[in-house]
Amino acid sequence: MTDRASVPLVEMRDISLAFGGNHAVDRVSVDLHAGEVVALVGHNGAGKSSLIKILSGAYPRDSGDIVIGGETASIANPRDAKRYGIETIYQTLALADNIDTAANLFLGRELRTRFGTLDDIAMEAQARKVMGRLNPHFQRFKDPVKDLSGGQRQSVAIARAILFNARILIMDEPTAALGPQETRQVADLIRQLKAEGLGIFLISHDLHDVFDLADRICVMKNGAVVGTVRTAEVSKDDVLGMIILGKCPVAAVPGRGASR
Amino acid sequence: MRLNVFARLFKSAELDTRMFGMGFALVLIWIAFHILSGGLFLTPRNLWNLSVQSAPVAIMATGMVLVIVTRNIDLSIGSMLGFIGMVMGVIQVDVLPQFLGFGHPAIWIVALAAGLALGLVLGALQGALIAYLGIPSFIVTLGGLLVWRGAAWWVTRGQTVAPLDGAFKLMGGGPEGSIGSAWSWTLGLFACAAVIALLAYGRARRRQFDFSLRPIGAEIFLGVAAAALILGAVAIANSYPWPMGSVRRYAQANHIALPDGGLFIAHGLAIPVLIAIAVGIIMTFLATRTRFGRYVYAIGGNPEAAALAGIDTRWVIVKVFMLMGLLTAVSAAISIARLDAATNSEGTLAELLVIAAAVIGGTSLAGGIGTVAGAMLGAVLMQSLQSGMVLLGVDTPLQNIVVGSVLVLAVWLDTLYRRRKT
Repeated sequence: MTDRASVPLVEMRDISLAFGGNHAVDRVSVDLHAGEVVALVGHNGAGKSSLIKILSGAYPRDSGDIVIGGETASIANPRDAKRYGIETIYQTLALADNIDTAANLFLGRELRTRFGTLDDIAMEAQARKVMGRLNPHFQRFKDPVKDLSGGQRQSVAIARAILFNARILIMDEPTAALGPQETRQVADLIRQLKAEGLGIFLISHDLHDVFDLADRICVMKNGAVVGTVRTAEVSKDDVLGMIILGKCPVAAVPGRGASR
Repeated sequence: MRLNVFARLFKSAELDTRMFGMGFALVLIWIAFHILSGGLFLTPRNLWNLSVQSAPVAIMATGMVLVIVTRNIDLSIGSMLGFIGMVMGVIQVDVLPQFLGFGHPAIWIVALAAGLALGLVLGALQGALIAYLGIPSFIVTLGGLLVWRGAAWWVTRGQTVAPLDGAFKLMGGGPEGSIGSAWSWTLGLFACAAVIALLAYGRARRRQFDFSLRPIGAEIFLGVAAAALILGAVAIANSYPWPMGSVRRYAQANHIALPDGGLFIAHGLAIPVLIAIAVGIIMTFLATRTRFGRYVYAIGGNPEAAALAGIDTRWVIVKVFMLMGLLTAVSAAISIARLDAATNSEGTLAELLVIAAAVIGGTSLAGGIGTVAGAMLGAVLMQSLQSGMVLLGVDTPLQNIVVGSVLVLAVWLDTLYRRRKT
């Protein structure tokens, strides 16, 4: 990926967020280009989830700017983020367990008939289409999602993110609940979406997946960025050193969290 | 799990086995009371009274379902009913006649509108405290239970307000507050036509999108069953005649000579029952066909997910409590109209009956699950128990013991049912 547009799809600049005295996110800057997968890695509590929740509008931020397509974006809640084409697959999946697949896919953006009532049938028809792409054998459209298997629930969460023509996709541990075959399906999907020009933030604990899918890796530790590296230019051991020790390899662009 | 014949029939008709079970329990209770009372329970008169008595509880239960579905509770509605009832009573008896003159046709409208507005405001106030200040609904409405009951007393310093405006009283039922035989049949036939049209529309829509269709036999069965229920209810309401006193007064007022055998004038469906049915239809529509309803259930299922989906969850909660207040005002109007008096103790313990009705009707206190129709059926079930025991001459303390035990038993059975299902 040497040849890319000069303006990043998303730029998060100097983002900070503190809970009480604890700096969950400490002046973090990270960017993402169209057609690129950037992995966010680090220990639990390194600030990855907080950072992406700021981008998806779920958390407020204390300071810093979010720039989308070169223009400062105002994101104060999840609705705002979706308006910028930012879709998120949360680690918890964030599904309402008591309602069915179509209702979850369209939650907050329901299709309506010309009388203003819910158009459940049209929503189910679209749900069948998008689910067919992810999980061709899926048939349980009438059941509440709590009755679905872990993999099926994960597909619902992913389907919701790609249903509305997202430009920026945030995936927080998208394969945590999946078996090997489903994991492969998700990896294929990520490559396909990337080819379509989406920018993807991928949070994962699985370095194998990260090296398989990501163009760049941004390592976080204690709320700050240790450094950002091109996947092609480093080894897994380099990245492990960054995660555990905060030690930047030569190829990395060091961040504030790097130990010197 | 293997499906037996009945389960398969229900599944193909997309019928709710749970609702069917409740209907079955209701029929059992009715038959038991009928036998125990020596044939007094399943009479047009008793069933008609049962329908009128159930109306206020059923109306409030439809709102309580949404409150409980969002993982909240409203303990204040009994007191709120008393307070709103007193305000409506004073407006139509003491205030408006001074300006409009006694018996002015606008009195009932203004009084009712004021009551409904008050219900909305009280509900909005409680809802805002719960949603925006984060005070648990249990505490806010427990406070409301005391505050509104005190306020009800304060309106007249405890004095009962009576008699009420003549037109307002029609909301309480009685011979004049019923729509008579011809209108009942008309309405019944209209309802049958509406059911058939809805079934046909649903089938056409599903075909349009190539979804699986119910077997045509199941559709016909549903239509016939619904029509039979509707027309059966109308037939029963139409075979309950006016009492002799009302007939005599009616004959005198219209200068009709009373024949020897008396005059058979049917009650027909009571106005409060029609109000309850209309409320049930509107609330079912709100809960299942609108965004608001979808959000209510989503919040109940996973509040965090609802917020992450971009739903303004706090505003939805406020709206739910406003709706509860509005429905409480409707029930207040029916209650005082039926009594022909507003008293400050009206509605005492109604909150518990309403919550019991919702829970017996399948509403889960954990949130996210419950239907309007189930809650209304629950209200009829509670009321059947109560009036059946009155018919049998059971003492009040024993009535309470039975109702309380039935509530616990019903919820236990429901827990078993849900556990087996998953």
